[in-house]
Amino acid sequence: MRREGLAIMAVTAVKSVTSTVAPEAFGPAVALSCRECGARTPLAPDFACTECFGPLEVAYDLPTGDPEALRARIQAGPANIWRYAPLLPVAADVAEHPSLSPGWTKLVKAENLARELGITGSLYVKDDSGNPTHSFKDRVVAIAVEAARTFGFTTLSCSSTGNLAGAVAAAAARTGLRSCVFIPYDLEQAKVVMASVYGGEVVGIQGSYDDVNRFCSELIGDPAGEGWGFTNVNLRPYYGEGSKTLAYEICEQLGWRLPDQLVIPIASGSQLTKIDKGLKELIALGLVEDKPYKIFGAQAEGCSPVSTAFKAGHDVVRPQKPNTIAKSLAIGNPADGPYVLDICRRTGGAVEDVNDEQVVDAIQLLARTEGIFAETAGGVTVGVLQKLIKNGLLDPTAETVLLNTGDGLKTLDAVVPTTGLSATIRPTLDAFREAGLG
Amino acid sequence: MSVSVRIPTILRTYTGGAAEVKAEGATLSAVIADLEANYAGIGGRILDDGGKLRRFVNVYVNEDDVRFADGLETSTPDGAGVSIIPAVAGGC
Repeated sequence: MRREGLAIMAVTAVKSVTSTVAPEAFGPAVALSCRECGARTPLAPDFACTECFGPLEVAYDLPTGDPEALRARIQAGPANIWRYAPLLPVAADVAEHPSLSPGWTKLVKAENLARELGITGSLYVKDDSGNPTHSFKDRVVAIAVEAARTFGFTTLSCSSTGNLAGAVAAAAARTGLRSCVFIPYDLEQAKVVMASVYGGEVVGIQGSYDDVNRFCSELIGDPAGEGWGFTNVNLRPYYGEGSKTLAYEICEQLGWRLPDQLVIPIASGSQLTKIDKGLKELIALGLVEDKPYKIFGAQAEGCSPVSTAFKAGHDVVRPQKPNTIAKSLAIGNPADGPYVLDICRRTGGAVEDVNDEQVVDAIQLLARTEGIFAETAGGVTVGVLQKLIKNGLLDPTAETVLLNTGDGLKTLDAVVPTTGLSATIRPTLDAFREAGLG
Repeated sequence: MSVSVRIPTILRTYTGGAAEVKAEGATLSAVIADLEANYAGIGGRILDDGGKLRRFVNVYVNEDDVRFADGLETSTPDGAGVSIIPAVAGGC
C-alpha cells in the first residue's frame, strides 16, 4: 500500500497563522491555502488570495494514525456525511448540531444500463437525488452552514442555478438562520418552488448565472451584505469540501477501494476537483489502496467552456454565454475550470460534451434502464458516458462510477415533449384490447 | 476619460479602504496604469508578471466581461463603471 501522498496532506499548523475562531470548531482544518501561490491565511470567511486572487481552500492536519482504527471510527458513525467528520472542516460533535444530515446516498449497480451501453465492466450510479432537497447541494451546504454559524453570520445566501438555492433555504430553515438566495429570473419553475417553499427570500436577477454570481461578489464587499454568509462565495472554501464526501462514500460503498473511472458533471468544476481531492486523501491516509483512476468531466454543448479548452489543448478556459437546457450546469465562466483540465489530463481522463437532444435521450435511457429519473445534469453525464465509449476514451471493461447529482422532478420541462400518456381509453376491456395494450 | 472603479475587499488595503475610486484612461489598460500611479502596488495584484489579467480576476466595463470584449484594450468611455471581481466565486 503506497503512502506517498501523505506529504501533501499532513499539513503542519503554521505558527504565523492565528485563527480568529476557536480552532476546535473546524476540526482537522488548520488554515486556508491558496491553490495558486500557496500563501496561507487564517480560517476566516475569505475566498480569494490577497496575493494573487487565486482560490483559497482548506488545509488540514489530518489524522495519520492507524487506517484500520480510522476506518472503524467512520463506519461506526451516522449514515450521513458526518461519519466523515474527522476529514472535514467541522467540529467533532457536528452530528449533534441541527442540520439536514445529507449524504450516504445509494450507489446503484447499473447492470441494465451497462448492458445497453456495451459496458462489460461494473457500472455504478451514485444517485445523489436521494438527498433531503434532492440534489448533491445538501452536502456542500451542510458544511457551509457550520462555517456560517461559527463565523456568526445571521443570513445564509448564495448565487444559484436552482439546486443550491433550495438546499440553502432548507438548511437555513432547519438551523434557524435567515435565508436570501439569488437565482437567474428564468429558472425552471420547480427550482423556484423548491427555493421559496422553505420561507426564505428568493430574488430573481435579470441575467444569467454569471451575472448573479457577479452581483453576489459585489454584495459581499458592500455594507448591505454585512453579516451574510454566501455559501459559494465567502464560505466557498468550506462549502466545496462537502463534495469530498462523494469520493469517500463511493469508495466506502465499493468496500474501501477506488473505482477505475468516474464520470462527473462540470458546472464551476468545484465538485470534480473536490472528488479528486477526496480520493487523494483516502489514498494518503491508507484508507484505500493506491491505484490509477481516471476522471472524466461532462458538459452540455451549449455551455462547454471546459470541454472546448480540453479539446483545444488549452490550460485556460475562455468564458462562454450559456445556452442549454442543462441550467444547473450553465456556468459560462467556471471558476475551477483550469483545475478540472489539470485533473482530467493528470489522470488520463477527458472532458466531453453532448447537445440538448442527447441530454433528453440520456435522461430517458437512465430512467428506462435503471428506474432513476435524473435532472438534466444527470442526462449530460449519461450522454457523455455514451459518447466517451463511442469515441474510445473510456474503457468499457473497467469499473465506472457515474454521478447523478439531482432529481428529474426539478427539470420536468426537459422531458415533457417526449413523455406522456401511452393511450386514452374508455374504462372497458374492449377499449383496452382495441388500443393494442393487451 | 474619467471612470469609476469598484474595488474588491481584498484590494482595499491599497485604496485606504475605499470601495470605489475614480481613474483616468481611454482603455482598461490605461485605467489600470492610472490606478497603479495613484495606489502603488494595486496593478501587480490585477495583472501578472507578463502584464496580462490574472486568470482569477474578472473585470467588467459597465455590464460586459472584458474577456468577451477586447481584454485590456477594451475601451472605457467617460463615465463608465469598471468592476474588479475575484473569479473564484460560485458554482458547484
